[in-house]
Amino acid sequence: MSQVSEAEVRAEVREWLNANWNPDLSLVEWRSKLADSGWGMPQWPREWYGRGLPMKLVRVVEEEFANVGAVGIARSGVRLLAAATLLEHGTDQQKKKFLRRILTGEDTWCQFFSEPGSGSDLAGATTRAELHGDFWIVNGQKVWTTSAHHADYGLLLARTDWDAPKHEGLSFFVIEVKQPGVDVQQLRQMNGHASFNQVFFTDAKVPVENLVGKVNEGWKVAVTTLAHERRGADGLATPSRRGPRVGRIYEEERLENERANEPYKWYPQRAGRVDLILERAQETGAIRDPIVRQEIARLMILAKSAEWTARRARASQQQGRPQGPEGSLGKLAASHVARACARVHTMITGTAAMLTGRESPRNGIIAEILVSVPAVSIAGGTDEIQRNIIAERVLELPKEPRFDTGPFRNVRRN
Amino acid sequence: MSESASASVEPRRRIQFAFTDEQEEFRATLRRFLTDRSPTTEVRRLMATAEGYDPQVWQQMSEGLALPGLAIPEEYGGGGFGMVELGIAMEEMGRTLLCAPYLSTAVLAANAILNAGTEAQKKALLPDIAAGARRATFAITEPDGNWDPAGIQTRAAADGSAYRLEGVKSYVLDGHTADLLVVAARLPDSGPDHLGLFTLAANSSGVERSLLESMDPTRKIARIELHGARAELLGDGADATAAIRCTLDQAAVALANEMMGGAQALLDSAVNYAKMRVQFGRPIGSFQAIKHKLADMLLEVELAKSAAYYAAQAAAAQDAEWPALASLAKASASESYLHTAIETIQIHGGIGFTWDNDTHLWFKRAKSSEVFLGQPSYHRELLMQRWGV
Ligand SMILES: Cc1cc2nc3c(=O)[nH]c(=O)nc-3n(C[C@H](O)[C@H](O)[C@H](O)COP(=O)(O)OP(=O)(O)OC[C@H]3O[C@@H](n4cnc5c(N)ncnc54)[C@H](O)[C@@H]3O)c2cc1C
Repeated sequence: MSQVSEAEVRAEVREWLNANWNPDLSLVEWRSKLADSGWGMPQWPREWYGRGLPMKLVRVVEEEFANVGAVGIARSGVRLLAAATLLEHGTDQQKKKFLRRILTGEDTWCQFFSEPGSGSDLAGATTRAELHGDFWIVNGQKVWTTSAHHADYGLLLARTDWDAPKHEGLSFFVIEVKQPGVDVQQLRQMNGHASFNQVFFTDAKVPVENLVGKVNEGWKVAVTTLAHERRGADGLATPSRRGPRVGRIYEEERLENERANEPYKWYPQRAGRVDLILERAQETGAIRDPIVRQEIARLMILAKSAEWTARRARASQQQGRPQGPEGSLGKLAASHVARACARVHTMITGTAAMLTGRESPRNGIIAEILVSVPAVSIAGGTDEIQRNIIAERVLELPKEPRFDTGPFRNVRRN
Repeated sequence: MSESASASVEPRRRIQFAFTDEQEEFRATLRRFLTDRSPTTEVRRLMATAEGYDPQVWQQMSEGLALPGLAIPEEYGGGGFGMVELGIAMEEMGRTLLCAPYLSTAVLAANAILNAGTEAQKKALLPDIAAGARRATFAITEPDGNWDPAGIQTRAAADGSAYRLEGVKSYVLDGHTADLLVVAARLPDSGPDHLGLFTLAANSSGVERSLLESMDPTRKIARIELHGARAELLGDGADATAAIRCTLDQAAVALANEMMGGAQALLDSAVNYAKMRVQFGRPIGSFQAIKHKLADMLLEVELAKSAAYYAAQAAAAQDAEWPALASLAKASASESYLHTAIETIQIHGGIGFTWDNDTHLWFKRAKSSEVFLGQPSYHRELLMQRWGV
């Protein structure tokens, strides 16, 4: 399998698309074909909806899809984080039950990790799960849960042993969100959107077969999810662009984007919109200001270098080399880029940066950048936590002294 | 990104984001050699001499490793490698602060001759340079320190088949020890903005060379006065402005890679010290203020490395955007190297400010590299212009 060449893959995918791609199928019909053939997630193993292809050949598959304008599998939200976690730690039964519907877009997922008392310190979770017969009964509160108001399932980290040390008393579950014991309340963010929620669990039920990994070994599972999150799987679907784009499937894709991607509408803005910088500098005339030019150049150097660093990480991964430091740096780099963008957008926009809404520059987009960028250095692990991780795991600096050892029951918390 | 960038001609070769196994092997060989021949005891010994390099090590670099001719085409006696391999060599040299006339000979002078010379001139001049038998340098800057060829004042006047040069060059890398000078000068007889590149033996009459006292003693720079010195014009008389700019851009890419080697060496030393040094009963590397500083340094170094590597790849692939990327990489490497040096001193505390501690050797190299070929703000502006902004 590892011996297949680029030309062979290209020919194979082309032939398959010729025989199967049809924009008049329904979205779910088409994506079912993708899941069953393995062409939707070619890097996944053959037995689980993939084709076991190395990443460098996945690019070839993507190119061929783009050439005919074929729609891909569903990607929005945390569904692929959920899938990656289940692929690594799930039972065959769980993989069978969940993976396919993740790819087809029939189910939407969310991540119940953060709580009012524990965010950076996720292992300090106090939401409890207790076993009663065939069900785990869940009580507690999660918060900042993006998309919980749309989700069918959630990845849940809950405490199952209070006498064990912090990391050894957690278990990892898949919980059905739409059930009587789960109360989802939207929260309004500083940018006016309401994409995250607070979620109350009152005797919510999780069937025993939805435990992922072993009891009290949930931290290991969560670490997998977090590692994938840091590598940047979080985010938006990139809709296929080329081709005539007429047919039932495109219409359905558009509707899906509107609904499932509603919480992520502002995500491009929170990343800073480096793509708008030059246009804006030109249209405002700020491009003639030597100080602005210096700042734009600085920003572009940063953004380009971050992109190349990510590509270096991918290239060395594709060559099967041990991961270098460049792989852990992406999230922190993205924060720097976003903040620099906000600063330069402000320089370019000047006094009009006081405005928001329809009358403000670019129909409110610039204002949305300025009030959305602060999320980047918090969501998915703060910059400070990223620095800790880089320092301890990559540079192998000594750990800080700890105050949270011993039975979790006795550990100081909020 | 910009219009001009996206409209760039399809590169002849794809940009690679990972080095090949052969390139990694080349790097490993060089690293062994340089770790052995250029420890800081040697750097310190050589920086105190006027020559500033060890002829024996230069000979080994030339004969054993064929380094001076690395990027010179095979038909002129070189190894025929490109900018990527040159970048690797520079990065490794920067790591150990090798004191040798490499940037001047193998990068600046060799490329100037390649970019401007006729076939006959390349055949006559390059084999000796490739063999390390002739050390050369490129004299462009003048006492005002301007890196834009438009500011050149030195003049050339025809004298039979040769020319006579009149003017003062400064900041000439290894100018006091080079055998051959490549000099950029104005050719007023050919037009108001017409520039030419000229070669002459450094010991010709009418050439007065003096070693400048440089803040970075690992990098020797000279002032060269030309009083009617006889020189040969490179090329067929066409304006050399493009050749000069190209040479400077190639040098910027090479220097950016050299800087990243130095920055990595500093980062390594800071990390090691943070693991070892104990205060308040614990290693200072366990304090977040230090940890986070080091994490930021790593990020900054990796970002600038990506830019330096990418620029080398783009130059090797003759991507139309490469001159812009040369400026991008130079600006980025300059800031990252200097910042890493400043923070490495900080992490060392008092000992970091001593002459005996090695950190200042890299700090000074970072400082001289920051301004050599033009400082970051100059290159940022150049980058914008080259992107058509
Ligand atoms: C837009 C958005 C979407 C989100 N979506 C989700 C989601 O879908 N699911 C989910 O579970 N969570 C989600 N989160 C939550 C997010 O992961 C947490 O907010 C984040 O991890 C920080 O936790 P906290 O808010 O409790 O802050 P705290 O952990 O209390 O941090 C407060 C401050 O203390 C610093 N700090 C904390 N610990 C340390 C330390 N050890 N060293 C140094 N500094 C430290 C932090 O860096 C921060 O500056 C989302 C957050 C945002 C903003």
